[in-house]
Amino acid sequence: METGQSFAPILIILSIAVAVLYLHLTGGSGKTRLYLAALLTGVALLLLVPSFDSSLPQWWSDYLPTPRIQLGLDLQGGTHLLLGVKLDDAVKSQLSRRGDDLKTELTQNKIPFDSIGLNSDGALMVRLKSADERDAFLNLIQQSAPDLTISSVSSPGAPTYALNFKPEQIAETKRNAMDQAVETIRNRIDQLGVRETTVMREGSDEILVQLPGIQDPERAKELIGKTAVLEFKLVDDSHSVADALKNGPPPGDEILYGPPRPGGRTPYLVEKPTLMTGDTVTDARVRPGGRLEGPYVTVDLNQRGAQIFDAITGQNVGRRLAIILDNTVYSAPVIKERIPGGHVQITGQFSFEEAHDLAIVLRSGSLPAPVEIEEERTVGPSLGRDSIRQGELSFVVGAAAVLIFMAVYYSGAGILADYGLTLNILLLVCVMAALQATLTLPGIAGIVLTLGMSVDANVLVNERMREELRNGKTPREAVKIGYERAWSAIRDSNISTFVAGLILFQFGTGPVKGFAVTLCVGVLTGLFSCVVVTRAWYDYLIASRKLKTISV
Amino acid sequence: MSLQIIPPDINIDFVGKRHFFVGLSTLINLAALILLFTVGLNYGVDFSGGSLVQLDFTRATNGDQIRHALAPLGLGEITVQDFGKTGFEYLLRFEKVRRIKSLGADIDSALAKAYGPNVGKVVRVESVGAKVSKDLKRDAIGAVVIATIFMGMFIAWQFRRVSWSFGTGAVIALVHDVLVVTCALVLSRLQFDLTTLAALLTVIGYSVHDTIIVSDRIREDAAKRRRESLASVMNRAINETLSRTILTSGTAIVVLIALLALGGPILRPSAFTLLVGFITGTYSSIYIAGPVVLFWESRVKVKPQSARAA
Repeated sequence: METGQSFAPILIILSIAVAVLYLHLTGGSGKTRLYLAALLTGVALLLLVPSFDSSLPQWWSDYLPTPRIQLGLDLQGGTHLLLGVKLDDAVKSQLSRRGDDLKTELTQNKIPFDSIGLNSDGALMVRLKSADERDAFLNLIQQSAPDLTISSVSSPGAPTYALNFKPEQIAETKRNAMDQAVETIRNRIDQLGVRETTVMREGSDEILVQLPGIQDPERAKELIGKTAVLEFKLVDDSHSVADALKNGPPPGDEILYGPPRPGGRTPYLVEKPTLMTGDTVTDARVRPGGRLEGPYVTVDLNQRGAQIFDAITGQNVGRRLAIILDNTVYSAPVIKERIPGGHVQITGQFSFEEAHDLAIVLRSGSLPAPVEIEEERTVGPSLGRDSIRQGELSFVVGAAAVLIFMAVYYSGAGILADYGLTLNILLLVCVMAALQATLTLPGIAGIVLTLGMSVDANVLVNERMREELRNGKTPREAVKIGYERAWSAIRDSNISTFVAGLILFQFGTGPVKGFAVTLCVGVLTGLFSCVVVTRAWYDYLIASRKLKTISV
Repeated sequence: MSLQIIPPDINIDFVGKRHFFVGLSTLINLAALILLFTVGLNYGVDFSGGSLVQLDFTRATNGDQIRHALAPLGLGEITVQDFGKTGFEYLLRFEKVRRIKSLGADIDSALAKAYGPNVGKVVRVESVGAKVSKDLKRDAIGAVVIATIFMGMFIAWQFRRVSWSFGTGAVIALVHDVLVVTCALVLSRLQFDLTTLAALLTVIGYSVHDTIIVSDRIREDAAKRRRESLASVMNRAINETLSRTILTSGTAIVVLIALLALGGPILRPSAFTLLVGFITGTYSSIYIAGPVVLFWESRVKVKPQSARAA
């Protein structure tokens, strides 16, 4: 769960609640306020149980909410990845496909052209045979290609046009590519079998992936990063691969390599045109295979894919068909006969894991654009446990020192302050659990800071009460004036800390966000438990005449 | 009456000595600025980009052995830093992100080859690309600047009845604190990463918090004693809140020392930042925020008794 979406509104509601409570509670009698405080404490404790005891009876989870404190990846271990999607590449490949369509249209309309292709700036360059076809070409573009604009023309002799998508078309392509990328990566991650993963869009071109408790981050990264473009091309057996390696491939051919194997990567000489791509794949499964060839992957194609595959294999019996994934030739079997029905086998001396991951990426579809890992944070589970232990230890020692000091220095009032501090920590953890906020290592530092701030509230009040008592005021007056005078300072300082927390939340990422959440929640719970609740106790004790003098 | 650290009738002349302390702080701040632009902060991967790898060993080793073990990987220049338990934990730093897909696994297998199985292992990998680190840096500066402006405006508004210059005073005190902490971070060579930044922002929050507490008392006293000069009201308020200042800062510092000593190496930079920040934050609300208000008041020739409307 990300805290991002639900955090702000809940926080606003909480702040209003605290403000209302404060105004209301200072009005009512001491006793009602105490009951209210006790009720809240009870609810808080109840909400906290699931965080510490996971073996709850059935009736509990049936009738009561079971929020748990979410541990950040720095505490429970896991991998955080920020992926950048190269959306410009998605636009380029879309434009390149558009170029292929345009070729067909030009041929159909009998407009002769020299060449159509992308230039290095990513524009689609169209070079006509002669200036005579200019008007026919411009007409065609205007009528049948409303998504394209002509951005520049150079025409000594044969006119050349640079075509681009219109801005709104580019924006839409990018939007679609982003949606598809998020969806594809989510599909792949889901099949890793890791619980509570997050795949979320960040900004316009980034994807955040969080994999808590993952054992093998390298495999996940490998799986996510695969563009997974499946292509079928014919192997050119009429030329020798050795020659092509020495002198460059013959025109219309290219050299591609097999997967890395102990004996090196096998080079293949293949013809450039792609006969078919993997966008018609409906399913891909691992098959165990025999002892010699090892596991292989079977791929099912949809009807259109099956038709194309049928035609390709029918026309090229006896030739070798290269099965290419992300420019790596996995196998190049000889086509023995026409293959109808749309079932393709990919063999390639895979390990079982390789075959399994290959099936996953084929099933989840290809990424519309390459992704790049821009940020990685991986924390091993043992380090996470160490961090929790150290965080807890420093917190317990620090808190104990403060509680003892307050009790010794302020005696009776100090013990009441300690009650407020303890309640604050309980409420803070409880609200964090209810918000499903994430507790990070900086978050623990935030709790420590919260503790310091609520100590300050108590110190301010107690110092004021001492002053008033010294000036000869009665306990009742001292409490009233003490809280009232201290309030303006407590209010202003807490507001400023709260504002700092909100800004931190807005700008921060990951662990810093966790810290900001803790800080903001801590300010609110601190105000409640260390001002409202302790005040209620004083009022109650004085009103019921149990307290004749104040030891402060 | 129970324990008391500061006697209630204490009256130290804080405001009178302001010229000395403002001078001292100005010198420290200048030094901090010079250090910041010459030596510079020890940026972590969050802000400078690159990769960071934390290694855990079951038997003690040293930097040369680790470098030797990793040499076959050809990772280029590696900074090796002893981290936490001497000899057993190390941090590796790479200036550029390397092999983001397989860095951890590669190092694991290289360590297994050199040390034998299960002696050394990778427990943390952080890689931040150039684009992300640039974004993070921009966001960090944005957060600090926006937080400062907002809090300055908030204080100026809250204390407008005494003097509009309280906002200026608080902001200058805050900038002072940030510079002092930065100076300490530069000198200590502790890593400045996102977590340290969070601590620095907390220092900003605390600095303002502390300034507000003292200013609040000035606001209250100024309303009661309209005939007294602002300097005298200020000094009285600082003395009246001195007990609270010492107690609060004292307890906070105790907690932070616990965090520094027991919180482990990952929390160390932020615990250190908080500790220095809280000390200087307390100092600046006494010696910097008030004097700035007085200086401003005398410059713009507003009558010292400007608390009429309170």
